[in-house]
Amino acid sequence: MTLRIFIPRDAGAVAVGADEIATGLLDLAHARDVAIDLVRTGSRGLYWLEPMLEVATEVGRIAYGPMTPDDVASVFDAILADGPHPLRLGLTEEIPWLKRQTRLTFARCGVIDPRSSDDYRAHGGYKGLERALAMSSEDIIDDIVKSGLRGRGGAGFPTGIKWRTVAHAGRGQKYICCNADEGDSGTFADRMIMEGDPFMVLEGMTIAGIAVGATKGYIYIRSEYPHAIEAMNAAIAVARRTGYLGHNICRSTDSFDVEVRVGAGAYICGEETSMLESLEGKRGVVRAKPPLPAHKGLFGKPTVINNVLSFAAVPYILAGGAQAYADCGMGRSRGTKPIQLGGNIKHGGLFEVAFGITLGELVDDIGGGTLSGRPVRAVQVGGPLGAYFPRALFDTPYDYEAFAARSGMVGHGGIVVFDDTVDMARQARFAMEFCAVESCGKCTPCRIGSVRGVETIDKIIKGDRAAENIAVLEDLCQTMKFGSLCALGGFVPFPVLSALTHFPEDFGLAPSRLQAAE
Amino acid sequence: MQYEPWEAARAAEIIAGHAGKEGSTLVILHALQEAFGYVPEPAIPMIAEALNHSRAEVHGVFTFYHEFRKEPAGRHVLKLCRAEACQAAGGDALAAQAEHRLGISIGNTTPDGGVTLEPIYCLGLCATAPSAMFDDRVIGRLDAQRLDALMAEAQR
Repeated sequence: MTLRIFIPRDAGAVAVGADEIATGLLDLAHARDVAIDLVRTGSRGLYWLEPMLEVATEVGRIAYGPMTPDDVASVFDAILADGPHPLRLGLTEEIPWLKRQTRLTFARCGVIDPRSSDDYRAHGGYKGLERALAMSSEDIIDDIVKSGLRGRGGAGFPTGIKWRTVAHAGRGQKYICCNADEGDSGTFADRMIMEGDPFMVLEGMTIAGIAVGATKGYIYIRSEYPHAIEAMNAAIAVARRTGYLGHNICRSTDSFDVEVRVGAGAYICGEETSMLESLEGKRGVVRAKPPLPAHKGLFGKPTVINNVLSFAAVPYILAGGAQAYADCGMGRSRGTKPIQLGGNIKHGGLFEVAFGITLGELVDDIGGGTLSGRPVRAVQVGGPLGAYFPRALFDTPYDYEAFAARSGMVGHGGIVVFDDTVDMARQARFAMEFCAVESCGKCTPCRIGSVRGVETIDKIIKGDRAAENIAVLEDLCQTMKFGSLCALGGFVPFPVLSALTHFPEDFGLAPSRLQAAE
Repeated sequence: MQYEPWEAARAAEIIAGHAGKEGSTLVILHALQEAFGYVPEPAIPMIAEALNHSRAEVHGVFTFYHEFRKEPAGRHVLKLCRAEACQAAGGDALAAQAEHRLGISIGNTTPDGGVTLEPIYCLGLCATAPSAMFDDRVIGRLDAQRLDALMAEAQR
């Protein structure tokens, strides 16, 4: 019997040697004349165990990891003998870290061959599209509304409402744009899905196209993600060949096609109107709203813009899962959120779970604390524009509103862990510096405010009239928050002020009462 | 990294190959950089003419994006992630190490044209931080020893 072995082709696994493991394994199997069928999958998202190798057995897939090239021969022997091995992790699905999750969006990631639409279909793929093709536009949108899905990019706007607006925007050319400009440090869920389950993104976009009456879609992927670009282009080619993209998809009267466009290193292009400008071939300068992109978007036409994870959630919902999706979560945050644990963390990776889990559970329990073994001092939630939280706020539940109530944001679901060697004044300075470099320059509070912010924080760090300069910084942050055109200038006060509020001792001030009360 | 030498006819061919696409300026700039390793100045008016834009507009787009180069990079390009997740995992020390060994600050090329050292803001490898990109290769769990090995490879 041919051995079926799975090794990820995910960039995160490749970055720690997955390709070397795959080559070593093929060479070894050839030398020993053992037939193997090697499938390059996405990653399961248990990154501290990457490169992870899985082998299909009668009882399920058995995992080994983290592998080094030196382990290939002994693991291969253990597989053939079905014997023990120090790297043997048991059945993959039974690994507690994976078993605790509610994987709706990431159910297939790391399981299927991302280059094969047959494999996608064999694992439940395209059921949502097949059902949608037989539904009216209104019914499709009703399903999305019923599921409670909110934009997974960060802002959390209800997806169904957005689609309805575009559907009602008259006839004529409309567009579907998938925002895959995942620039926030600490986030990688979009990348994993594009590399591990790209057909799901295409299926979600196609359903959106049918629902609103658009025939053309673009995926805007950042250039820092070459593996994702390759994976999406490969999937598009296969989908066209197999009738899932192009004219008359699945022999229906609907047509839809998708094209990948590549960014060029501008963080601001993750902002939706800046992304539209970039897609139009212009400088990524933010547009004032209104008009909303749903009314006047790409090339002035009504446009649905959603994040990769929002489109990725759609096939499950349309395959009859609207209620099941809505049943997960808390308050107005329905469904699951793929949370990404990174930075100085012991068990980093992708943890998809219903809303409501607390920050402390995620960092200490699931993440296992820091990799350095030192105490966790701060975590940044929601990317470079997200707030820094101290341990005292670890009881915050993962929920859009709960984070907002504590001057933070869920954002795209990234959590970056820092140990006690972190200098929070430096992190605050970095936030302003990053904003200064990445500002598109259109509005003054962001363009000038961020530069003045860096200068002011430098003065505070030097002890130059600290109290007065802190007042200046706080005032500047208010101006940026309320006066900026988009979330870059508008949200950069979150990391800055949270660092100042929760870690004042790093700015040369008395420790905060919040921490003293701990 | 091997690139073609600049040739206007070749550039014209690349531009013509993409000019029919909607909003194709970035697509063309990427294609030119892929061919020549940078976007040579004479290409800017060529793009403008092909797309019926002004030179200023194309120049404006070209200079807005960090990724596009106006001159060739070194023979190897080492990009170190400088974003928060990698900072949390010791990225600052690695950046200092690279600057020290190569004798240049980030954003520059060694005098012999061997290595260009650049910052990058997130490769999406945050669970295996710190990370880097060496030419086309992504690298996770970077430490002082591996960084030294990479720089030795780059300087060979």
